[in-house]
Amino acid sequence: MRAPGRAIVPVVTLAALVCVTGCGSGGGGHHGTTAAPTATPRASATPIQPTPIATSSNVQPIAVDLGPTGDYTNGLFTSVTICMPGDDSRCQTIGGVLVDTGSIGLRILSSALSLSLPQQTTASGDPAAECVPFLDSLTWGSVRVADVELAGETASAIPIQVIGDPRFPNIPARCTSSGLPPADTVGTLRTNGILGVGVFREDCGPICESTGAENPGVYYACPASGCEQIAQPIASQLQNPVWKLPEDNDGVVIELPSIPASGSDGVSGSLILGIGTQSNNGLGAANIVTLSANGTFTTLFESQSVTVSFIDSGSNGIFFLNTAQTGLPICSGNKGFYCPPSPQTIATTLRGARGETVSATFTAANANALFDGNPNAVAFDDVAGPSPGIFDFGLAFFYGRRVFAAIEGQTTPAGAGPYVAY
Amino acid sequence: MTMSVPARDSAKRRSMHALVALLALGVPSSAAAMLGGDATSVDVDRAQMASSLTVTPTDAGAVHELRLASGTVVREYAAPNGTVFAVAWEGPWLPDLRQLLGPYFQQYANAAQAKPRARGPLVIREPGLVVEIAGHMRAFVGRAYVPEMVPSGFRAETIR
Repeated sequence: MRAPGRAIVPVVTLAALVCVTGCGSGGGGHHGTTAAPTATPRASATPIQPTPIATSSNVQPIAVDLGPTGDYTNGLFTSVTICMPGDDSRCQTIGGVLVDTGSIGLRILSSALSLSLPQQTTASGDPAAECVPFLDSLTWGSVRVADVELAGETASAIPIQVIGDPRFPNIPARCTSSGLPPADTVGTLRTNGILGVGVFREDCGPICESTGAENPGVYYACPASGCEQIAQPIASQLQNPVWKLPEDNDGVVIELPSIPASGSDGVSGSLILGIGTQSNNGLGAANIVTLSANGTFTTLFESQSVTVSFIDSGSNGIFFLNTAQTGLPICSGNKGFYCPPSPQTIATTLRGARGETVSATFTAANANALFDGNPNAVAFDDVAGPSPGIFDFGLAFFYGRRVFAAIEGQTTPAGAGPYVAY
Repeated sequence: MTMSVPARDSAKRRSMHALVALLALGVPSSAAAMLGGDATSVDVDRAQMASSLTVTPTDAGAVHELRLASGTVVREYAAPNGTVFAVAWEGPWLPDLRQLLGPYFQQYANAAQAKPRARGPLVIREPGLVVEIAGHMRAFVGRAYVPEMVPSGFRAETIR
């Protein structure tokens, strides 16, 4: 029996993701428990090395591995060093942090944090906290301030979220009005943190600055009497660490090597800071897809036009539409993935906000067959699954490509972001 | 719960756009209702949410489309008898699902709590309630409907 219940944890980034729990083909999806199927840590694997890149101060190492819970599939992780603001003698390096182009800002699980970072305070002098929906769960916790080091560069004194901060155990009603449960332990978050390096400067934007009914209830002030929704100035919102770097601050490149159709036991690659700022991050012949104000493009698939589409390293597969629209059956026991009888080539065209079109083709193989047949593999370029109403090009799309994410308002050699390119 | 048939064009057999512009000076009232409510009589206080409302009659009743100040668009599908059998939304963040799902909110929340968390798409299919949420930060889509209340002949996959 090969790895019966390997948990492919999907993760999605804020976006999409994954399967979750027992993804083995066996029987019906169990839920509930953390039955994270223990995936046997593999011993020797043969990690596929990326083409060597000259070590440069703008290269942050990344790897696809089992993650801190030991059961993640297609999870792209890195180690992030955070320091007390202005004091690089008091720092902590935290591994097992998910690299996510689908969200913005650094979020660290309270249980993984030993530094006592300063609390951000609101205009009224109260501690600030944040509530962010990540599809099937939410992150709730304090907003604190830290210096964040990526490669050799530092984003100084930026707001980050401490998820599950025991100082604020009571989640306000406005936050729970999403009905979503909190992911505030490594067992539920499945990472030690999320490094959101997507196409925006801050996580929420102008709407969270508003005082009206349109305020989505993301930021809170937490006096002793309890936490209440607030209007949070943009500069006080969680910041994309990349745009706060002194240089190489217009976006990132994620570079991962190609892998076999049967998967890989481990993959290492590079998160390169900047686009067109150094010899290692040029756009070259990459095709650019400009994005809407919401960070989305349109995917044309067969006769369908899917307006909510994005490229997202934090999603652990390619998640799109549903069986009725794709003809791809859902896996038995593994409802987060598709299980076609044989690998299917999916040809799509991405249409950017300015109307430009770029083709995007990938393979959707039988996820159960992949997982069961390759019990030690952690990286797959051909796993796909349903995601109603959208098209999410997750990590499976990244292998063998250089994927660029340009930040809104930042100037790159190809013009200002936001855009993605590959 | 099975979604059959390719979705897409359907439902628009008849699209008479009866447009109603509700100006929302912050306190407009709207006749739209929450899931399971009565679109014609339930005057749920959407005042704070809606900035405009468009009503499109369909063979199966009417679709009330609300554009919220937040940029989120909410569509409520009402059967000929006025009952809202489905809601769908799209926007940068989630709408207030407690309000939108009304009497179905608790069932939804209980089901969401019971699932393993993966930061992945949320798909809840239970007797009496289907809820789906997908997207990511600044771009969420979702829908919820009560299968038993969907008018015969209406294809649930066209709810969006």
